[in-house]
Amino acid sequence: MNLKKTFLPLFNPLSKDNPVIVQVLGICSALAVTAKIEPALVMTISVTAVLALANVIISLMRNTIPSSIRIIVQLVVVAALVVVVDQVLKAWNYEISKALSVFIGLIITNCIIMGRLEAFALNNRPWPAFLDGIGNGIGYGIILVIVSFFRELFGSGTLFGCQVFPQWWYDAGYQNNGMMILPPMALIVTACIIWAHRSFNKDLQE
Amino acid sequence: MENLNLFIRSIFIDNMIFAYFLGMCSFLAVSKNVKTAFGLGVAVTFVLMIALPVCWCINEYILVPGALSWLGEEYAGTDLSFLGLIMFIAVIAALVQILEMVIEKYSPGLYNSLGIFLPLIAVNCAILGAVLFMQQREFADAWTATVYGVGSGIGWLLAITCLAAIRERLDVKAVPAPLRGIGITFIITGLMGIAFMSFLGIKL
Repeated sequence: MNLKKTFLPLFNPLSKDNPVIVQVLGICSALAVTAKIEPALVMTISVTAVLALANVIISLMRNTIPSSIRIIVQLVVVAALVVVVDQVLKAWNYEISKALSVFIGLIITNCIIMGRLEAFALNNRPWPAFLDGIGNGIGYGIILVIVSFFRELFGSGTLFGCQVFPQWWYDAGYQNNGMMILPPMALIVTACIIWAHRSFNKDLQE
Repeated sequence: MENLNLFIRSIFIDNMIFAYFLGMCSFLAVSKNVKTAFGLGVAVTFVLMIALPVCWCINEYILVPGALSWLGEEYAGTDLSFLGLIMFIAVIAALVQILEMVIEKYSPGLYNSLGIFLPLIAVNCAILGAVLFMQQREFADAWTATVYGVGSGIGWLLAITCLAAIRERLDVKAVPAPLRGIGITFIITGLMGIAFMSFLGIKL
């Protein structure tokens, strides 16, 4: 029981308290980078890293930050971490960094990060805060991967850039659905995930 | 003429919400009634209008490689572009803080109706997003940046007001239970996005 309680911050955000489809945070990047799986995974890793580290740092400083300037302090901590992630990504994989364009920078204003810092890190000790950061990062990643899976599969007929549908499908008249690549379909796919998720979790329905 | 084209493009074709999904969080959270949505839209437009030229100047005279050469020969080789994100977010946060004080002093009514969402403009991705796009597109002067800022702001204002008007009417409709609230809002935004895509073919 005690063990379960310790790891609650890690497992809760995966489904019951998912940051994207239940708390409705961090929608901007969740939708914009999901046209392909690979950028979606890189984005997940970046956000998880920033979120976990920012949670730990803010949690360590939580007793010394005056509440009137806490937003600025949080922004500076997050911005510094994002600059590091941005530079690492540019050095390690310039192609992906180009594909994500401004969205790495926009991790600073990702509401998941500010939301978790405000709601969790400011009132908890570093270890639970770290687990909460990892949990929310993965919860965010799950949705990103599901959305990008459907968008890449039906939009380009590929997964991780590899051809999935055999050539004779195309010869027989099958066509990729160009609509899936375009931004509005990300919203509709996410809405379908919310629909399915809330059908199973009746207590979340409004 | 160039600027007029940019203005119209940034409102309709490169709409912040429908083309880039920026500022989505407050877009979904504050669109429950038209009046508040409109107020927030105006505030966002105002912040964009000031933030873009300021950030353009910072980018041009401090951050770009070799930008510090106006300080003297020895600074001509410095490249501070990695400081961009921190500088921009600090400028935006400071602007929002100033705006909050000004509105509180001169228009307490608007201040009360915006409430918590006024300080939250600082973390609205539409603002930082517009600044980063401005940096990426390398606008020629501060005036162009201002035009882009105002256009993006009006596009955002238009989107959030339309969504709020639709959501007000949804309250009395029989939506399937699992979709009620946030689910149906996503679908509506998607449909509005598809409608806005009809502007894509326009060449300006």
